[in-house]
Amino acid sequence: MRRIVAAALGLGVACGALGGDQSASEAIAQYRQMLEDGNPAELMELRGEELWTTPRGPRNVTLEQCDLGLGPGVVEGAYARLPRYFADTDRVQDVESRLLTCMTTLQGFAYEDATRAWYKAGSDLEALVTFIATRSKGQPIDTPVKHAKEVEALAVGADFFYRRSGPLDFACATCHSQDDRRIRLQELPNFENPASARTSMTVWPAYRVSQSAVWTMERRLIDCIRQMRYPEPELGSDAIIALQVYLQHQARGGVMQGPGIKR
Amino acid sequence: MKSLSRALPLLLCLLANGVAAADALEVTVRRSFPGASDEERRTRLDQDEVQALCSKHRNRPPADVAARIVESQLQTIRYPEDGKLLGDWRAGEKLASIGTGGHIGRIQPDPADRKKGGNCYACHTLAKKEVAAGNLGPSLTGIGTVRGNGPEAVRYTYQKIFNAQAFFPCSSMPRFGHSGWLTPQEIADAVAFLLDPESPVNKD
Ligand code: HEC
Ligand code: HEC
Repeated sequence: MRRIVAAALGLGVACGALGGDQSASEAIAQYRQMLEDGNPAELMELRGEELWTTPRGPRNVTLEQCDLGLGPGVVEGAYARLPRYFADTDRVQDVESRLLTCMTTLQGFAYEDATRAWYKAGSDLEALVTFIATRSKGQPIDTPVKHAKEVEALAVGADFFYRRSGPLDFACATCHSQDDRRIRLQELPNFENPASARTSMTVWPAYRVSQSAVWTMERRLIDCIRQMRYPEPELGSDAIIALQVYLQHQARGGVMQGPGIKR
Repeated sequence: MKSLSRALPLLLCLLANGVAAADALEVTVRRSFPGASDEERRTRLDQDEVQALCSKHRNRPPADVAARIVESQLQTIRYPEDGKLLGDWRAGEKLASIGTGGHIGRIQPDPADRKKGGNCYACHTLAKKEVAAGNLGPSLTGIGTVRGNGPEAVRYTYQKIFNAQAFFPCSSMPRFGHSGWLTPQEIADAVAFLLDPESPVNKD
């Protein structure tokens, strides 16, 4: 594990400095310290900002008029208040889904082009989400639950969290509803516990050392669902958005830290 | 459009039954996996009765439901054809650390014939030498030393691995035999890994 961490970050020399009996999270905490302001997610953030401000797509316009929920062009604090209901699409949307609305309606991209290989390391969507999330650093999570569709999404998300199916009988709750649990050595957040939910939700998107890539929350959730042996959910699907409403609700008040570093 | 035509009949049926609100979740599940085949929906998203009950009660079933689950799950248990419930502990040890198999979708799927493991180490400490052990379930180190490998212990352990919910309704542990994830022979191997005095679970 430690070797993977070191190799992925090109920190082979520092590896020997670590004690033998550290938990994975202690080792990662130490790398965070060493990297200080050097999280590789920052490159993604910069690229995201460039994508945001560069005229692109068939209409050759920037995303600077995109409404992420706080009005056209307002990026500051938007991520901390997503997902939320949008009247123009009549849907509760998360950051990916909303970006795709803007890329298709403002920039004129075909949906297939905007989503092609979105889950691969370094995709445009990943960069844009990282940029937007970084602009909520220091802001408390405050996902609205006012509109009827937001209320419904919260209920559906909570129910989905406990919904068991598949050959292994897994639900999210199987792994994420008790304190201090691990799968092998990987520590599991307990989303029933607001403190644990905040610790987790405030550091996404995160640079994943084991993947050498920044993962958005959607990407993270879709991977847990893959591990549950479910079929692959659609990007921006109602289930993924409802889950995020629930997780953000559990983590409400947690102060966004900017992109984190994860195993 | 495709997802609408799938969801619409369900929606109408639910409305007719007056339970539309409660089943917003099921409509959402139907719609959110448009790439799934009918077979994948049936085996990976649709719920059997136990899954539905445990979800509804968020894994804390009231006593009558719990009793019903235990009773129905005991009935599901099947045994190896040769009747031997104590297999090869070395094969069981391998199964205990295999966590792959059965992943589908575009992102990192497994080849269809990839061996499915029990992945017991994800949730249990077993042999002491394996430190990368999870703790969703109790430590099973030394279980054979404590319980022995007499017929009672062997039978219980086999049944438990075949269908954990025959003893613990809404357990987090997968029902390995019931779902067909592991074969009866593989379960007998896992039993040996847990109970054989020579197994590293019970030695050193
Ligand atoms: C079989 C166990 C399992 C199930 C079921 C599961 N997860 Fe996870 N989850 C994990 C593991 C393991 C990690 C990664 C922890 C690590 O890398 O240290 C994780 C990580 C996460 C994270 C990121 C936590 C963090 O801050 O590092 C979130 C959010 C999450 N899961 C949500 C969910 C949701 C929602 C579901 C249901 C759709 C779900 N998980 C189902 C095992 C599971
Ligand atoms: C997803 C987590 C998970 C996995 C994977 C898992 N278990 Fe379990 N197991 C549990 C939990 C939780 C319990 C305690 C609740 C219960 O008894 O069902 C348990 C209980 C048990 C018990 C009963 C212990 C006793 O004191 O009687 C046995 C035996 C057992 N597991 C064996 C196994 C074996 C063998 C495997 C691999 C083939 C396995 N488990 C895989 C979660 C898991």
